[in-house]
Parts: sequence; structure tokens; C-alpha cells
Amino acid sequence: MTGDASAPTRRFTQDEVVRYARHIILPQIGGDGQRRLLESSVLCIGAGGLGSPIAMYLAAAGVGRLGVVDFDRVDLTNLQRQILHGTSDVGRPKVASAADTLRELNPGIEVEPHDTVLTSENAMDILGRYDLVIDGSDNFPVRYLVNDATQFLGTPLVYGSIYQFEGQVTVFLPGDAGPCYRCLFPQPPPPGSVPNCAEAGVFGVLPGIVGSIQATEAIKMITGVGDPLVGRLLIFDALEMDFTTVKIKRDPECPVCGDRPTVTELIDYDLFCGVPSGAVPAEAEDGVPTTVGGQR
Amino acid sequence: MAARVKLPTILRTHTDGRAAVEADGGTVGEVLLDLEARHPGVTRTILTDDGAGLHRFVNVYVNGEDVRYGGGLGAHVADGDTISILPAVAGG
Repeated sequence: MTGDASAPTRRFTQDEVVRYARHIILPQIGGDGQRRLLESSVLCIGAGGLGSPIAMYLAAAGVGRLGVVDFDRVDLTNLQRQILHGTSDVGRPKVASAADTLRELNPGIEVEPHDTVLTSENAMDILGRYDLVIDGSDNFPVRYLVNDATQFLGTPLVYGSIYQFEGQVTVFLPGDAGPCYRCLFPQPPPPGSVPNCAEAGVFGVLPGIVGSIQATEAIKMITGVGDPLVGRLLIFDALEMDFTTVKIKRDPECPVCGDRPTVTELIDYDLFCGVPSGAVPAEAEDGVPTTVGGQR
Repeated sequence: MAARVKLPTILRTHTDGRAAVEADGGTVGEVLLDLEARHPGVTRTILTDDGAGLHRFVNVYVNGEDVRYGGGLGAHVADGDTISILPAVAGG
């Protein structure tokens, strides 16, 4: 998938040469980098605020097979920031709306909608079909689930999350090289202690910035250019227009990627996060899930 | 010795909206104690209930280095250091 793999051999069509011309003429990307993109597969967790710019930029860049997983339906309150969807999409499954937008952006790629709740039962199967996973989910149980599944699968994970005016981005690379999400935050905050977007509000353009940074990291990983955000966490503050980078390290005591792992298969993440077990993903009146197991 | 403490939005209700404030101390624990004295309530979500440790869903960095891997609350703080507080957030 990345730059150290053998050179891709795919032949461009005439349309592709034109469509991707601005990438191909970049010395750092070139024909090889664009071929790698076309031969890559990426899964975007969530078709919401972060998922919108992530999926749109990856589609535009020519990621050959692009999966999007989300169980939710488009709500009017989403449209202030979730630019995958339009007014006429309200009420439609998000992945159906997303697939239409992405296919319109780039009919030359394969878009795979997964209209489902991501669970410990289906995560390995769904995530296992892709070279790289990008997390644009909106709750802790799914974030820990996606972390653990990508660690077990050996799949790179581009992590991003937002709150009000702030965002965080990093890349988790399975293996000895880098930390995982559990190294960064060994435990989630107690349920209810951190308000969700519906309760706390979110600055509409914020996921556009954070999701675009996630897409940047994904394209860098696939084409093998630049220095990936591994072992570093980028913190963005829109109010102060401040970007801060801090170092994050692999924790030898980490239960998943540490020296003596104690978690070796997917667990009950609702239980781990202290959320009532078996909670059914419901849509709140404003369309923001108040329960777990969802992704947007 | 004064350190500059950068706070996430969620804690700025305790600092009249200010994103960064000053606090004194030679260790992270001392700085947080002074921070609490100046801005009551601000460390409630950073420190455990007994005040003896850091919550595992909030990270504290001194000049970009996670104190969990370097002394915890006892980590050394020098004049002019920048301390960043980072809570886990899950929005997307």
C-alpha cells in the first residue's frame, strides 16, 4: 500500500491522466503515487462531520475502493457541517447519500456503503477488507473498538476527534513502531462527563479542517510521501488558531499493543466505557445518537 | 516559577474563557495546585478525586512531553515551560 511496496503497474485511462493531472505532475506524487491511490482501499468510519471531508477528498484523490460505514440517517441539524449531504437527503441513510455524492465526485472509483452499526461481531470482517482505516466516529465505544480491531488486523488507523472548537489528529501504526489509542487514553471518561455535539455544540467548519488533515495523512500513507503523524498528536484550536504537536508513546503496559497484551480479541466496548450494555443505537430527536455503537 | 498552562475549551469556563493562564510551581502537581487556587474547579476533571493522580482520560504535557512517562505529578517544571492539558474527546 505504501511507498516501499513494489512499483504499481496499473495503466491510466485517458480520463484518469486528465483527472489526476495535478497530482501526477507533482514530483512527490507522480504517476506511481497516483497509481498507488487508485490501487488502494480505505474505510471511513462515519459519514458525518469528519467523514464528509475525509470521504470527499479521498474520492477526489482517486482512492480506488472507498468504504463508508454509518448506521444513521441524515438530519437537518447535520447540514451545518456534514457537507456530504444536501437538504434533499434529509431522512435518507447517510451512506446512501454519501455514496451518491462520492460517485458524482468521482465515478471512476468503487464506493462501498456499509449501512450498519459497527460492532465487535462485524468489525473484523468489515475493517479487514481495507488497507487503511480512518476514524470519524463520534463516541468512545466505537473509537476503542476501531483501535483494537485495527491493531489486531495490523491496519494503519488515522485517528481524529473534535469537541466544540478543538480537534485532535494522529496516526496509529500497528506493531512496535507506534502507540495505539489505548496508549494515548487508557480509559474513556465516565459516561455523561463529556457532552456530545448535540449537547455541547460544534463549530461547523471544525470537522472540515480536522477531517481534511486526516485525509492528508491517509494520502501521505498511501503514496509514501512526507512524514506521517505517527508518535505525534496534533491539537488544533480554532478559536486561538493554534496548532500544537505533542509526543505520544507506545505504553509497554498497554493491554492491546504492550509487551504483555491482556486484550487479544474484541471485547464488549459498551461495558468497557461504562455504558449500559446492549444499548440500541437510537437517533436522538436532533439526529445525534445518544447511545453507543454508532458512528457518524 | 511561572509556567504557561494551555487549557482545552471545556476547562475555559473556569478561566473566563482564557485559553492560556499562568501558574506557579516546580512540579506539575504544584502547578496544578496553584492553578486550582487561582481558578477554582479547573483541576476537577484533571486530577483523581483524592488529588493524588491524573485521570487516565486526561493527558498533561510539559513542553510536548507526556508526564505519564516522566514523573507524573512530580515531573519537573521550569520557569517559562508550557503545560498542555488534553482531555479525551470523541466528537466526529
